[in-house]
Amino acid sequence: MSAGAALAEALESEPHPAPKRGRLSNRRTPYLLLAPGMLWLIVFFVVPMVFLVSTSLQTGSVSEGYTLTFHVQTYSEALRFYHAEFVRSFVYAGIATVLALLIGYPLAYAIAFRSGKWKGALLILVIAPFFTSFLIRTFAWKTLLADDSIIVSFLNTTHINSIFKLLGLTTGDRVLATPLATITGLTYNFLPFMVLPLYASLERVDPRLIEAAGDLYCAPFTAFRKVTFPLSMPGVVAGTLLTFIPAAGDFINQSLLGRAGEGMIGNAIDSAFLDQQDYPTAAALSVTLMFTIVVLVSIYVSRSGTEELV
Amino acid sequence: MATTVESRRAARQSAPSTRPRGPIPWLRTHIVQIVAGFVLLYMFLPIFVVVQFSFNKPVGRTNYDWHGFSLEPWKNVCGSGLCGPLGLSFKIGILATILSTLLGTLVAFSLSRYRFVGRSSANLLIFLPMATPEVVMGSSLLTLFVNFAFIPQGFWTITIAHVMFCLSFVVVTVKARIAGLDGRLEQAAMDLYADEKTTFFKITFPLVLPGIVAAALLAFSLSFDDYIVTAFNSGQAQTFPLWVYGSNLRGLPAQANVVGSAMFFVSLILVFVGRFAGRRNKA
Amino acid sequence: MANPTKSPAGLPSDDEGSGDLQLDNVTKRFGDFVAVDDLTLTIPRGSFFALLGPSGCGKTTTLRMVAGLEEPTSGRISIGAEDITWAKPYKRPVNTVFQSYALFPHLDIFENVAFGLRRRGIKDVKQQVGDMLDLVELTGFARRKPAQLSGGQQQRVALGRALINRPEVLLLDEPLGALDLKLRRQMQLELKRIQTEVGITFVHVTHDQEEAMTMADTIAVMNHGRIEQMGAPADLYEHPSTTFVANFLGQSNLLTGTISRRSGDTVVVEVRGRRIELPQSRVHADGSAVHVGVRPEKIQVTHADSSDAAHAGAGQNELTGVVTDSSFTGVSTQYQVKLPWGQEVMVFEQNMSRDQRIVAGAPVLLHWDPAHTFALDATQAADAGASIDDDAAAPDPVVV
Repeated sequence: MSAGAALAEALESEPHPAPKRGRLSNRRTPYLLLAPGMLWLIVFFVVPMVFLVSTSLQTGSVSEGYTLTFHVQTYSEALRFYHAEFVRSFVYAGIATVLALLIGYPLAYAIAFRSGKWKGALLILVIAPFFTSFLIRTFAWKTLLADDSIIVSFLNTTHINSIFKLLGLTTGDRVLATPLATITGLTYNFLPFMVLPLYASLERVDPRLIEAAGDLYCAPFTAFRKVTFPLSMPGVVAGTLLTFIPAAGDFINQSLLGRAGEGMIGNAIDSAFLDQQDYPTAAALSVTLMFTIVVLVSIYVSRSGTEELV
Repeated sequence: MATTVESRRAARQSAPSTRPRGPIPWLRTHIVQIVAGFVLLYMFLPIFVVVQFSFNKPVGRTNYDWHGFSLEPWKNVCGSGLCGPLGLSFKIGILATILSTLLGTLVAFSLSRYRFVGRSSANLLIFLPMATPEVVMGSSLLTLFVNFAFIPQGFWTITIAHVMFCLSFVVVTVKARIAGLDGRLEQAAMDLYADEKTTFFKITFPLVLPGIVAAALLAFSLSFDDYIVTAFNSGQAQTFPLWVYGSNLRGLPAQANVVGSAMFFVSLILVFVGRFAGRRNKA
Repeated sequence: MANPTKSPAGLPSDDEGSGDLQLDNVTKRFGDFVAVDDLTLTIPRGSFFALLGPSGCGKTTTLRMVAGLEEPTSGRISIGAEDITWAKPYKRPVNTVFQSYALFPHLDIFENVAFGLRRRGIKDVKQQVGDMLDLVELTGFARRKPAQLSGGQQQRVALGRALINRPEVLLLDEPLGALDLKLRRQMQLELKRIQTEVGITFVHVTHDQEEAMTMADTIAVMNHGRIEQMGAPADLYEHPSTTFVANFLGQSNLLTGTISRRSGDTVVVEVRGRRIELPQSRVHADGSAVHVGVRPEKIQVTHADSSDAAHAGAGQNELTGVVTDSSFTGVSTQYQVKLPWGQEVMVFEQNMSRDQRIVAGAPVLLHWDPAHTFALDATQAADAGASIDDDAAAPDPVVV
């Protein structure tokens, strides 16, 4: 038998092969769908970051123009000059995050487990303050924390303000133009960012697990500590990140409620860019802030052990 | 001599069983709800102030002291010059919403429905803007636009910036909705003679639509309310948040509170209408 | 909008394409895992066919390949003369009732049921939908949404939505799994009735052997991607050819032994020194090492002391033992009896006249008709198909 005939025979007895399915588009489709959005992000998010780093390494001025000289000293100068602002940012953001966690957790817990048919309405109420402009809300705090407001009078007469003074959070009898006001604003404005992820995480906890803990001799708070809280950790991690990161870079609360001169790093960057127009320094500060946050977040996330954040 | 078992049984039968009553036990069982109630109250405190002061009689230029009830701010909203910035914010908001929702939905479908090389990197890139402080995003965009001076700072740079940071939120929202979609529904549709295109338009899209709408609303509110990124990229243009912030030194006029209150009530109504409509059209 | 290659209305009556569902050497591999292993099967037109097996045996994968929701790795699927192996699902004259019903939540019942008709371009669907709703006893529910219906009602909508298209083959993927017992029993009879009335080929996938036996004309028992045995329910039950089928369908007692003598039509097996007789036709083994099997309901229990004990064994297979457990289940009493060498067997006795002496600890005589005995190849595992927890994880090894 010739080779050709043998080959033909082999081909004929081959099991029914899969024909080319009309799904050529299948391999390219995901990339086509992805392209416009990704391009936008690359051009307007990634590339600017590159420009930011490059700007931080330039020298010059607005009038003379900037040249890339890899002037790394800009960083050390900026840090020396603004290290107080950096520390202040992370301290304020840290306090605000902890407060938001303490305040927000009971609310999230109540909505997840104790709200029954009011769950939807309560969730709307949590988001509702967001419907007003963030700035207008912060302005409202100016009124709420004014020197002659009910709240401040209450704090002074009950001497709670003395405790704050001891902690260095307020001076005199005022609350406005003190760190306390800034922290209050930060906590308040980012509270929904804490509550919603917490709620989402708690919602997924099967209430029967808590019942099982009780059946196995757990007192209510112990059950919370040993069962509910560990199970809500993904929400805690997400909530604290979503609160801390924007809080660290915020400057609105500080400039509206705090005192000039006690700025956060956001204030410094804003001023450096828009008032002083010292772009290299401003850029160096931005890059440092970004870098610090990335490092802190990486450590935090790897220690809490949650991979899926989004 | 009666046995101790019998006497105990008799004692149990004579003493009726009662639930612990009184204010202290009630507090203990409801402690979580009480705290939650206080937290909600705390969250609404500024809102009360905003609404109250929107009815403040406009005496002088400051709005920090209560001067008496007046409908004047509501009747003369544009008086303080906020209508221009307000209009600009709306225009930018709508444009940014349309663009970011469109691009973001495409990305969401790509990431949820297909397995391909580079998927996890794409996911990371989507996540990054949400984890970046606005100062950094705003200032880096500024450095970009400064280096490309042919794009004048203003309407277009603001819109571009808004689309950029709204994109991630749209993707996350729509992705969540797609993930909740039962894949077997599409299989059922194909089993019932619908080809891929028909299945998408008759089954997939209608079911994902609520997520897309939610994403669009989210994008609009993020854009409308944005200050920091806008401030870095606005040039001479003034959006509503920029105008509000600018009045920090002058004093916030009551009309700003009018806008704030109006936004609040309109959104609240929209949300409740949406929920009511959604309940009738359970998907 | 794709049209199937069949005429939309009317029963499939032409030669072209209408006919038996045929699978030839169908294999499906997921990477290294072989889900369906060289399956060849003919499902006669108009029959109620069941694919029965434990989870993971490949029955659902096979069904999905017939529906077009999976592509076979190799092989051929055809209905009559029409090869549908690679046809898209929307081009096949096949419809599926999904395990989770998969009703479209945003469409009402009417539109759900009419979906297939509309896709095929049929304009006036009102009459057909109305008739189908009547058939599945859901008249008056046309404008409700699926979320407003109970599980059983949703299941009937799913059935109607598939049936209304008059497919050549209707596939049912464990459709009764989510229903509670009484409703499930009722729906089994309903489905059987509808199938007889409509005359369409039904292929029903299930892991519930009682359900398969109740409903199907023919059952194929699948295990590890292959068919262990195929036939009418009674056939499979009374004449199992593998230990898997013997244990999976109902229950069997299997005793290991060796064929010692064959004389004419009778075969004698020696089990631990006892003689068990059975007809030659009921031996499904090549060598002489066999598992001798008998179903629990075929065994009679007599108390060792009773007067019947002496002549109970005439022409019957006998074993002595001691009762270790007795459970009253209403219809029957189930005994667990320990044989002299330690092995335990199950016996089901219908509760007609109970001997009160037969309790735990009582010495008894077990006897049954040799014609009810079967013998299977001893190379097969005696407990194949018997285990309940197929997915059980293995424990950590004990370090000594």
